[in-house]
Amino acid sequence: MNIQLDFAAVLSEWPLLLTGVAWTLALTIASVIVGTLLGIGCAWVRARGFGAALAPAWLKAPVGAYVELIRNTPFIVQLFFIFFGLPAAGFKLSAETASFIAMVVNLGAYATEIIRAGLEATPKGQIEAAQSLALSGRQTFVWVVLPPALKKIWPSLVSQIIIVMLGSSVCGQISTQELSYAADLIQSRNFRSFEAFIVVGTIYLALSVLMRHVLNWAGAKFLFGRR
Amino acid sequence: MVEFSLWDILRNLLLAVRWTVGLSLIAFIGGGVVGMLLVLLRQSRWSVVNNLVATYVQIFQGVPLLVQLFLAYYGLGLFGINTSPWVAAGMGLTLYTSAFLCEIWRGCIAAIPKGQWEASASLALNFYEQMRYIVLPQALKIAVPPTVGFLVQVIKGTALASVIGFMELTKVGKTIANATFSPFLVFSCVALMYFVLCYPVSLYAKHLERKIHVHR
Repeated sequence: MNIQLDFAAVLSEWPLLLTGVAWTLALTIASVIVGTLLGIGCAWVRARGFGAALAPAWLKAPVGAYVELIRNTPFIVQLFFIFFGLPAAGFKLSAETASFIAMVVNLGAYATEIIRAGLEATPKGQIEAAQSLALSGRQTFVWVVLPPALKKIWPSLVSQIIIVMLGSSVCGQISTQELSYAADLIQSRNFRSFEAFIVVGTIYLALSVLMRHVLNWAGAKFLFGRR
Repeated sequence: MVEFSLWDILRNLLLAVRWTVGLSLIAFIGGGVVGMLLVLLRQSRWSVVNNLVATYVQIFQGVPLLVQLFLAYYGLGLFGINTSPWVAAGMGLTLYTSAFLCEIWRGCIAAIPKGQWEASASLALNFYEQMRYIVLPQALKIAVPPTVGFLVQVIKGTALASVIGFMELTKVGKTIANATFSPFLVFSCVALMYFVLCYPVSLYAKHLERKIHVHR
């Protein structure tokens, strides 16, 4: 058996790979920002253990259903539902918009549970102290409870962000031009499928290692450092 | 044109659930066996072996499952093995599962206090005996909830096998959606079926977790 790997044929298509990396990063960054905000909102609704209820009770059931439904179905099905299913119900979306929405919805559900764990770890004394300073419920949440909660759960949030970045590879299935789509395109041009996916896999690996370092560093340095 | 009733759609999807469940079991059992082997190697005193396993885990956790499945599919073909979707999907998911289970179980073994190792070493137990009689029984108890929880990830992961032509729930759903022109209904049913498979497992994992915290 004689196997010859030809990586040059794949690497010569570097503009495609570069576009792929750009799309992967753009989708990840955009959906992480919106998805984390969504997660904070839903965690505010779902959090328990603050004595007084934080959010109106009628919100709890729909948010709970959203979180459990998303966490117990595959991302690819969510993506297909949004891209193929919603147009039948009257919402037509481009592949990129559908990918973005699917990633936001997906990260939002996981971020909810992660952030909620942080919120529920807040000592009761902190909230009582805030109340005795006459802070309103909203002020207490935004300034007293949320920042330490986010600091505590930052490492798990970083892991989830990386999972979402890797999950974006599925978006190529609806022809969003991200990295794995680039691999598919390259292998259809030169039939070097194994090499194309090795190269792209290596790029994903590098991206995830790099991203973990950058986010951990940025979290300690800028977001949740000593003040 | 042939008309499809809701029952036709549901029946075909239910038949496809078999393959999702079957593939999940293969991945979980295969991944469990390989993962167990890896986690034992991970405890090795030779740092070379230890680092090799750590790199293996890093690779499989840092490369998307989709790309891993494509690599398995095209790789097997390259090495002259008949690439049936069963072999490629089974192998890809087994390796993926083994890396994650190895990392989960390593955490559980690391959670056993060092004094337990030292105490058993002072009783002149060798590595095998320490593992067998002291560490693993304790680690196993902590390991059950996250392992059950990870089963949900495996079930969801099998959905990606559809991209290499494995006819499981997602792929059958897509085929039916194309045939019936009612993707909204079909993908709702597909999502519902995954939910019915996964949610009880999630609840059970949560229940186990609560039970362990009570004992502490």
